[in-house]
Amino acid sequence: MTERRFDPRRLVIGLLEPIDPILLMVLCLLLGYAFTLMASASPARMESQMINSAVAVVVMWIAARLPVQRILSLAPPVYLLGVLLLVAVALFGETSKGAQRWLDVGVARIQPSEIMKIAVPLMLAWYFHHREGAIGGRDFVAASVLLVIPVALIVRQPDLGTALLVAAAGFFVLFFAGLSWKLIAPVAVAGIVGVGSIVGFGDRICQPEVDWVVLHGYQKNRVCTLLDPTSDPLGKGFHIIQSTIAIGSGGLAGKGWRDGTQTHLAFIPERHTDFIFAVLGEEFGFFGACLLVFLYIALITRGLVIAMAAPTLSARLLAGAVTMIFFTYAFVNMGMVSGILPVVGVPLPFISYGGTALVTLCLGLGILMSIQRARLLAKKT
Amino acid sequence: MSFDAPELELQQFRSRLLVAGAFILVCFGLLVARFGWLQISRFDYYHTRAEDNRIALVPVTPNRGLILDRDGEVLARNYAAYTLEIAPTHFRQADELFDQLQSVVDITARDRRRFRKILEESRNFDSVPIRIRLSDEEVARFVARRFEFEGVEVRARLFRDYPNGDLASHVIGYIGRINERDLDRIAARDAAANYRGTEHIGKVGLEQSYEEELHGITGFEEVEVDAGGRAVRQLRRTPPISGNNLVLTLDRGLQRVAENAFDGRRGALVAIDPATGGVLALVSSPTFDPNLFVDGISTQDWNALNNSPDHPLLNRALASANPPGSTFKPFMALAALTAGKRTPEQVIADPGYFDFGGHRFRDDKVGGHGLVDMYASIAFSCNTYYYRLAADLGIEQIATFMGSFGLGSRTGVDLEGEANGVLPSPEWKRKRFRRVEQQKWFAGETISVGIGQGYNAYTPIQLASAVATLAADGVRFRPHLVRYVEDVSTGSRRVIEPEPLTRLPLAPRHVEFIKHAMEGVNLEGTGRRAFKDAGYRVAGKTGTAQVFSLRGATYRERQVRERLRDHSLYIAFAPVEKPAIALAVLVENGGFGSQAAAPIARQVLDYYLLGIDPAQPALADEAASDEIEPSAPAGEVAR
Repeated sequence: MTERRFDPRRLVIGLLEPIDPILLMVLCLLLGYAFTLMASASPARMESQMINSAVAVVVMWIAARLPVQRILSLAPPVYLLGVLLLVAVALFGETSKGAQRWLDVGVARIQPSEIMKIAVPLMLAWYFHHREGAIGGRDFVAASVLLVIPVALIVRQPDLGTALLVAAAGFFVLFFAGLSWKLIAPVAVAGIVGVGSIVGFGDRICQPEVDWVVLHGYQKNRVCTLLDPTSDPLGKGFHIIQSTIAIGSGGLAGKGWRDGTQTHLAFIPERHTDFIFAVLGEEFGFFGACLLVFLYIALITRGLVIAMAAPTLSARLLAGAVTMIFFTYAFVNMGMVSGILPVVGVPLPFISYGGTALVTLCLGLGILMSIQRARLLAKKT
Repeated sequence: MSFDAPELELQQFRSRLLVAGAFILVCFGLLVARFGWLQISRFDYYHTRAEDNRIALVPVTPNRGLILDRDGEVLARNYAAYTLEIAPTHFRQADELFDQLQSVVDITARDRRRFRKILEESRNFDSVPIRIRLSDEEVARFVARRFEFEGVEVRARLFRDYPNGDLASHVIGYIGRINERDLDRIAARDAAANYRGTEHIGKVGLEQSYEEELHGITGFEEVEVDAGGRAVRQLRRTPPISGNNLVLTLDRGLQRVAENAFDGRRGALVAIDPATGGVLALVSSPTFDPNLFVDGISTQDWNALNNSPDHPLLNRALASANPPGSTFKPFMALAALTAGKRTPEQVIADPGYFDFGGHRFRDDKVGGHGLVDMYASIAFSCNTYYYRLAADLGIEQIATFMGSFGLGSRTGVDLEGEANGVLPSPEWKRKRFRRVEQQKWFAGETISVGIGQGYNAYTPIQLASAVATLAADGVRFRPHLVRYVEDVSTGSRRVIEPEPLTRLPLAPRHVEFIKHAMEGVNLEGTGRRAFKDAGYRVAGKTGTAQVFSLRGATYRERQVRERLRDHSLYIAFAPVEKPAIALAVLVENGGFGSQAAAPIARQVLDYYLLGIDPAQPALADEAASDEIEPSAPAGEVAR
């Protein structure tokens, strides 16, 4: 090019080149929704959430510009680093609110478990990519080991919510890679039976002297509180009672923006983070909740379409798993706030206040965009 | 050709995507069904619960337990007072509101600053105080016009009060507003629900170490709230359970006499009952007024306390480790007897110095003490005797023996912030220093350790515990301040049992001899002036610790000289025949042990054993009569 004159049009086109328009549109709608809710729930945090969003969008843009192969080649070192950091947290992490999750690296406190939400599916996709065409039973064993190590470390912190998300993300890669139904079915049945028996015999096993062996005391409390929120109305049950009242009293059309009495009389705990959906349910009602569900379905559908059309096995697995992460976040959070799942620390994707989760989610979007871009480039050539 | 396999995988992948898609739709369908159930089918129910009858669960804060001395004298109590508070919904218009309120109650600039500070500390508030301790007149004025001020309410709340001001403040400590770090700690012991409605938490002292006992169990009430967030009607109430009272081993009168004896000088005193390990008095001087901290200390007061060169906030009794000086000698002598390295009768000639490894270690007394046996070495504090003894015993043996008295390790007293001190040994030196050349133990270092100098550094409470152990013929108890914990509602008491940590294998005749020599200190030796005509048998030992380094910022010349002066130490127990009290006194830069520290010990022992109160000799018993009844519970919070 001979002419080096500044051309704003070309700059915009260049900037938008790696971006998938549909994903971008849905993201903008979600963030718009988020700011609307934030302005009601916690206006003081608007500014810092805008900064968080800007950072997240930049991260997304950078990821979208990277070729998929490049992203995949980063998988082993990032995964290894993540595991090492998790071990470091276990050895000398900072304890906050009863759990060791943070690592102080001088400049900032980082939460290595957050990295693993993307690093685990990335690593597994990378692994299957190298076994393409000859994936057998042994590969699933190896992949399971890669999955179990970080999950076990996160469970030990203890942080069941994040462990659940990481495990789900890894499981989806295995699932899309063709994990046999014979293996999935028994686990699913066991899960259904387990949940069923907890619900059925809730009264008996929630007695204080019963020790649940695999779960911590506070995790047991959360499950028991879900079954009978009135058993602890001042503590853990309070969250669930108040958030269901908030959602239920929203009715069809809601009480109106900033008019949620539950929200504004401070009945909703953590109303700007994990429980922001209660604010939405109260102020925008059933329609508002359905609108959010619709936006998530749009986002997930687009992700699945990208996965369907992705050019390579690794890209397919990665796209599928990332999309399912969005789903898991959204379902677990809305399920817990509306009282059908136990309270675990999972934010509402793209809506809850907080930078770390937003950056992780936008990184996922960026990866999807990068995969879509790879397909378009492949088509051209 | 492996073309088929990927093709197969692709097909399988697509079918799985469809399964996943279906799963997602089912899950979201479930959610939407749940929303529909909550928001459409059960709307009336939830609408009623939220809109018409806003039922608020209001936590009812329990009364914090009292802290009482051994005789039931109140050291920390609660009183009810009215506060003006604002509900969180109305924070936005706070500044305007304050200007309006100004016409009704007096709101100072400090009140505004504090309000803003509390807001900044991220916490889920029930309400935030605007003004505390309203007068009755102010309450009346506000209530008459309360409907002008939406969201503002008068509440009766409990406040912590330390009626004795700065007395025993390092023991009692204080409570302060709960901050982010406290929240973490509360969450760590899974007590967040119990702290709803609680605004204060123990920060220092017993208020901190017995927080779980003192706090109590939060109750709650369901109240109907009107549109403005005001409680209209109470529906149901689960009363709170008051925190437990702490009854201490501490003697308030003794504590006061001991603090007064310091007369503002820097130092510390710990007095222990040798038979139980119960702490009778624990002084760190200078002290401070804990009442300043309860509602957030003002910047001015904080700077005054924090920047003072005397460090009044430092608990010297627990955290300040110093060389014990000559108070180390009775223990050295006992070590020699126990190890069989000396007999009491063995005599050395003291020329006033001891040559070792080409270095001359000098005695305080020019020309020496002449012929010295063990009795004289303690009574007249002869350094040369111990230089030679240290060389004979060797550092390992010294360290093992002193360690068995608890020197150089935390005593485990029920207060936080104890320092370890330093029990010098080759092993300690290896751990302490990084560079190899610094790690080596030199034989010459053993010599100064022998007279309680060198690397030796022990806290006053360690010294007191060691003396108490000696007084109890080798039985060492964990020092403790709380005698029993009292359940206010049932009146039942949980006694903190004396906890013997070790029974040292000491020969009774050796211990008797050391006690005899220590009695000699006060009869004819270095403590004779301070203990002239004492009406009881008292064993003691003076000590003087060299100050090597100058801490902190620059001082004026006179002050520099003062702060370079030696620390004055004194240990004692009495009566010798049946010890009831053992103590250690440290006066920073007090000079010789016999000059500053021993007279303080005399006043304390005179008060404890003879009831002589230097302040009001005749009125000692009447002083307490106008105090409030300790068992009367403070008024419950009215809502």
